[in-house]
Amino acid sequence: MSAQSAGAVILPRRQPSRWIGLPLIGVIIAWMIYQVLTNHGFQWTVVWHYLFEPTILVGVGMTLALTVLVMAIGIICGGVLALVRFSPGPMLPLCARAYIWFFRGTPVLVQLVFWYNLASLFPQISFGIPFGGPKLFAISATAAISSFTAALLGLGLNEAAYMAEIVRAGLLSVDRGQSEASKALGYRPAQTFRVVILPQAMRAIVPPTGNQIIGMLKYTSLASVVGLGELMQSVENIYASNFQTIPLLIVAALWYLLLVGLLSIAQSFIERYYAFGTTAGEGAR
Amino acid sequence: MNADRPMVRIDDLWLSRGVNAILKGVSLTVARGSVTALLGPSGAGKSTLLRCVNALETYDRGLIHVDDLLIGCEKRGDQYFRLGERVLSRQRAEIGMVFQSFNLFPHMTVLENIIGAPIRVRGQGRAEAIAHARDLLRKVGLSEKEHAFPKQLSGGQQQRIAIARSLAMRPKLMLFDEPTSALDPHLVGEVLHVIRDLAKGGMTMMIVTHEVQFAREVADRVAVMVDGQIAECGPAAAVLSNPQDARVRAFLSRTLRPDA
Repeated sequence: MSAQSAGAVILPRRQPSRWIGLPLIGVIIAWMIYQVLTNHGFQWTVVWHYLFEPTILVGVGMTLALTVLVMAIGIICGGVLALVRFSPGPMLPLCARAYIWFFRGTPVLVQLVFWYNLASLFPQISFGIPFGGPKLFAISATAAISSFTAALLGLGLNEAAYMAEIVRAGLLSVDRGQSEASKALGYRPAQTFRVVILPQAMRAIVPPTGNQIIGMLKYTSLASVVGLGELMQSVENIYASNFQTIPLLIVAALWYLLLVGLLSIAQSFIERYYAFGTTAGEGAR
Repeated sequence: MNADRPMVRIDDLWLSRGVNAILKGVSLTVARGSVTALLGPSGAGKSTLLRCVNALETYDRGLIHVDDLLIGCEKRGDQYFRLGERVLSRQRAEIGMVFQSFNLFPHMTVLENIIGAPIRVRGQGRAEAIAHARDLLRKVGLSEKEHAFPKQLSGGQQQRIAIARSLAMRPKLMLFDEPTSALDPHLVGEVLHVIRDLAKGGMTMMIVTHEVQFAREVADRVAVMVDGQIAECGPAAAVLSNPQDARVRAFLSRTLRPDA
């Protein structure tokens, strides 16, 4: 068609301003590379020496395990909270709102330290009839709450409050007509949710959840305040004794960057999976 | 089944939302194999009445029977109680509904949209469901679109798929809620054509519509609603050509000559 067209050929718009910035950016990048290679403060040999140090690798493993478990708690509890907020009757939605208000309203650092010191409030954790009735099962709180369980509870319960709002926003993003059409076809309530609503809500849930997971990977470093040996804690332990602060922070940063990079790739695959029937999946990067 | 028992029997239906009374004592019967068109100005309660018939709305007073089955509530002692959603879903499975905004599931292909309910709700085998779906796609003239997603179809095509999706459940009654109101004028014809075929096939239907000409041609009976009540109900030709009620006359003259 175009070869035969008698009309004028339209060229792309000329945008010289795009090229003006290029030398400037080139200079900045060159300076950064120069610094990285020549500034002895980076101590690349020290970085390389500690990058695969066993204690560091244990810390990486702990960071990963904590992130996975905390996000599992966050997503499951958050999903339940979101559903409770949509449930009929005034009492349950109000409880969910109160939970979200409380856990979003207090700093996660406070929550972490609180859980770690639970023993001073409840010396014994028991299961039985409340208000002084017989106990079926009891354990000392100091034994039950290790730094790992404190980190799990502190970060997980806090994350649930944020995930609840993300899931709720996702469910609200699905048109009301979808659940009506599903009901009209005779789908049961659970089928309507699982087959019709949730797959559509996922499009709005996945991107912010990816954000939360990436954030959580780094928030787990807060668990170092309760003495959990995650990546940040293992790095701190080393530079506390050898004073190579910058190189060891670089070791931590490199590991965080690698893990976040892998998560971002996984997220883009999940987003593509839910980009049904549109070109949004191919268009958006 | 007794052929002279009506398919739908609505007795003295009342519904209000907050302080607004939307239905004020509506009674209507729809005979088996007949087509009833619901006309009337917007806000008269036509769509709400239709949505009550498959229990998408909760009404305050009155009873609805479809094929002699009480819809939306059950009698315990001498009182009536609203049914739970699981029982309602079984009742709705017998009644097809087509919406103004199509409401196809955008994350499923055309075929998946159609076979979903027969497989998941009726427990039909996949092969059988697909065969029936292809049959229905042929009837609505969209055989070549079975692997398309809803967004890739025109409004008229989407609405024909929505009709096929409802028919896949082999409903005894079809409800149409302004099926052509969201369509470009040149796409209205293809949807009306499908509905006309259904009428010829003997399907019992209730159609909320603004297409007076279509109602005259396809409907056996016409009910004109004004302000939450049925102002006039009778054979299509009689009501549309010679309305007795002044409000109905006013509505029809406005609709037939919008520029007047």
